[in-house]
Amino acid sequence: MKRDSAVDLVGLLSVEGEELAASWVREVATSLGGRIGVAELDRELRELHGALREALREGAVDVHSEQMSEVRALLTELSRNRARQGFSPSETAMSVFALKRVLEPVLQNGSAETIRAYLQLGRILDGLGLFAIETYTQTRDELITTQAEQLLELSTPVVRLWDGVIAVPLVGTLDSARTQVVMEKLLQALVDTGSEQAIIDITGVPAVDTQVAQHLLKTIVAARLMGAECTVSGISPQIAQTIVALGIEFDGIVTKASLADALKLALRRSGVDMVAHEGVQR
Amino acid sequence: MTAPWSAGEEPQVYPIARSGDVVHIRQAIRALSQQCRLSLVDQTKMITAASELARNTLTYGGGGTVSAGMVSVDGRRGVAAVFEDSGPGISDVEQAMTDGWTSGGGLGLGLSGARRLVDDFQLRTAPGEGTAVTIIKWVR
Repeated sequence: MKRDSAVDLVGLLSVEGEELAASWVREVATSLGGRIGVAELDRELRELHGALREALREGAVDVHSEQMSEVRALLTELSRNRARQGFSPSETAMSVFALKRVLEPVLQNGSAETIRAYLQLGRILDGLGLFAIETYTQTRDELITTQAEQLLELSTPVVRLWDGVIAVPLVGTLDSARTQVVMEKLLQALVDTGSEQAIIDITGVPAVDTQVAQHLLKTIVAARLMGAECTVSGISPQIAQTIVALGIEFDGIVTKASLADALKLALRRSGVDMVAHEGVQR
Repeated sequence: MTAPWSAGEEPQVYPIARSGDVVHIRQAIRALSQQCRLSLVDQTKMITAASELARNTLTYGGGGTVSAGMVSVDGRRGVAAVFEDSGPGISDVEQAMTDGWTSGGGLGLGLSGARRLVDDFQLRTAPGEGTAVTIIKWVR
């Protein structure tokens, strides 16, 4: 029984042979609106067609069958490419579902067996379509995670302003993950540069809520434990008022309005005097 | 609990399910505050209050939603946000509103601080029935 239905399914895919694959390619190319090379599409779909026929011949019953491994591999590659090239999930799934539409003419004057075979193949193709979407989503998620990690790395440089003075300019939102990165980098930089003065500049942080404040306080305490003095700079008038209204206490922590002020303080603390010379054109 | 939403303007509903959502809400409130022409200080206060409450909804309420939009009463305009969750609720509101008290690991200033940051603050909660907080900042 199983054998017979497999024969039917293969027959369905082989009736028109190469021509079926060609119309499949045409159908998909139309749905993608020419945003993908026809040659590439042709290669992808012909390979998929061949692999699917082979899998069905070997008696594959659904997308998770062992015989389908080749089809799954090809489909994974196809979905990954679509996701990277910026196609939508529907456009990706269409690549599979288009085959159903291409096969529709066989229903016109097909025998009961043909119709049963079509429906069975339809179920298998539905599974393949869903598999394609799953792979697509997975690829997108991976891309997003990678980008988030890159952003985390990008946005937290530790810069050396002077001998023994380092600064971390913070930009954007501070969440637990980023604070952890900032803290680690700052503490490591204190060791690496042998600095005793650290400035955390929050000019680029749009809002300081209790969580951000708590993270800042923890970082400062940790730096202190390593023998470094921390100054927080870049507190804008609106952030200052917000902090007061919230009731956060920055007891014992030196804060400055600008990075320049904080640097001056840090230099004074490390015993550097700045002298303005008379007669110098500024 | 509802806010006096401006006629003809439906409030937008945002989910609070992950910590990334708190950032989205902050941006949405910022856009609304700018649109409503709140002063820079008031914008920052409203955004910070929203940030606190969104995080409370996430951490203590187990996630929920926020509806944010413009409000108007007697010609006064403002920005409102309603934070709702169906979490465990707050059993002792007075204690929860006390500076420095926290049932988690925070500073204990989120709820009480948020009340000081905004003009109108309404808290409705019951044990086992979730929590709804409405905040409004009016244009001065």
